[in-house]
Amino acid sequence: MSTATQTSQPIATEPKATVEEKLYLAKYKLDERPHLLILDQDVCKKCAQINGSPQPCMILCPADVYKWEEDKKNVVSYDNCVECGACRIICPYTNIEWKFPRWGRGLSHRYG
Amino acid sequence: MREYDLTEKYDVIVVGAGPAGVAAAITTAKAGLATAIIERGDFAGSKNMFGGIVYTKPTAQIVPEFWKSAPIERRVIEYQYWLLSKESHVSISHRNQKFAKDFNAFTALRARFDKWFAQQAEASGAILLTRTTVTGVLKDSEGKINGVSTDRGDLMADVVIACDGVNSLVSKGAGLHEEWKPEDIALSVKETYSLPKEKIEDRFNVRGDEGVTMMIYGGRKEEYAGFIYTNKDTISFGMGAIMSDLAANKTRPQEILEWLKSHPSIKPLIEGAALREYTAHMIPEGGYDKIPPLYSDGIMVAGDAACLVNALNWEGTNFAMISGKYAGQTAVEAKKANNYSANQLAHYRGYLESCFVLKDLKKFRQVPRYIATNRQFLTLYPELMNDVFYKFFEVDGRPKEEHLKEIKDEIYSRRGRIGILKDIYGLYRKAT
Repeated sequence: MSTATQTSQPIATEPKATVEEKLYLAKYKLDERPHLLILDQDVCKKCAQINGSPQPCMILCPADVYKWEEDKKNVVSYDNCVECGACRIICPYTNIEWKFPRWGRGLSHRYG
Repeated sequence: MREYDLTEKYDVIVVGAGPAGVAAAITTAKAGLATAIIERGDFAGSKNMFGGIVYTKPTAQIVPEFWKSAPIERRVIEYQYWLLSKESHVSISHRNQKFAKDFNAFTALRARFDKWFAQQAEASGAILLTRTTVTGVLKDSEGKINGVSTDRGDLMADVVIACDGVNSLVSKGAGLHEEWKPEDIALSVKETYSLPKEKIEDRFNVRGDEGVTMMIYGGRKEEYAGFIYTNKDTISFGMGAIMSDLAANKTRPQEILEWLKSHPSIKPLIEGAALREYTAHMIPEGGYDKIPPLYSDGIMVAGDAACLVNALNWEGTNFAMISGKYAGQTAVEAKKANNYSANQLAHYRGYLESCFVLKDLKKFRQVPRYIATNRQFLTLYPELMNDVFYKFFEVDGRPKEEHLKEIKDEIYSRRGRIGILKDIYGLYRKAT
């Protein structure tokens, strides 16, 4: 089953927090079935050749979901996702299958 | 109150419990229609994010005297615009006690406000189904939409009102429109900081439940808009930028946020505050020309899902609530007429055309594209303003005549007389 991450300790503004640390503040319940999927890794390779790396999805994603590993694989940390949808729209090749997490899972805002 | 039953057929299914969906559901439920709101989040508001402020008069149209029970943060009494350069800013602001008395707008946090708002829909008789994600629409043999499929099963209804936000997977899935283009969507990242009430009062010069909003532009090569909103004991701090511009500049949105945070004019406002939340959201800013079909057989689309945002004036929640209300009203009429065809639901568009929703968007239809393609407005001019004011206030023993000449030379060398006249005329033409 999924686990909820919840911290009560806020992050002070200094020193600069990383995105990873910031995301740790969020209330998050994992949907074991990934809601983000790269349809074809070869397309990501082609994209890296044409657009350079980091590719558009990696530049735009505010939650560091996409990482280019060993110049050949787009690794998706969907459990970082804040469900904004930017990756789906910016991908020049519509190569990301993008769904919402199921059953109320994923990110839950406390402030919003 | 009605019990939830999967086998039951509803008059209306509203997808999404944001400002548009809840306004629609309150309207239909109050008229006695069997209404279900389907919300994918843990609770209404849990997936929602905005700057932001909510406008009083549109909200009161949905819930009269809402301020007696709604979780509002602060009444906005001052609107500030800041134009940044590297280590300076020029600001213009308007503070008016009339805003407090007339109660024009208030700051809010969506996880709290939307939760309360959805409770008002439930009190009106609507059924709120949370933790349920709509995965598609259902159609009858003639192609009319007559329900939705969800991750918990199918639900049937005479009419579906898609208020599923900027991602709008429901109306896209229904074939109403295609995916947005990166040039029509702003990506916003936002951080919420806690800061003691007294510090907010001191730093922003407010008392009691008074609040301010700050819109921030300039100082970078990207076209972005930053914002600060004062809440009770938190501050909403963020930025938005058109996605294609971020991609073209290879700039990550959070880079701009970090830069803003370290800017000497902004840093003291947030210093020492504790980060409580970091999140992101898209804003449909394409304007009038990017509005998808608003209705089809058995379906209407409202709020962000229908691109109903006035980016120029930073208005969105009011467009959502009022479009939701009119979608609801149209559903009530459709029920009376027992007719859910596109022809009948076309009344919805008529309502929007006769009020500020489509009037404002039509009026300013060319402005978003004009500003985006004339980069000087959000990049060169803020910098120029800062240089001009610096020279204006500088005292260095030289005669003022020399200062004025330098100011003039500076302006004309950077944009040129003709360029400046073109910009003034162009903006005037597009915006009036």
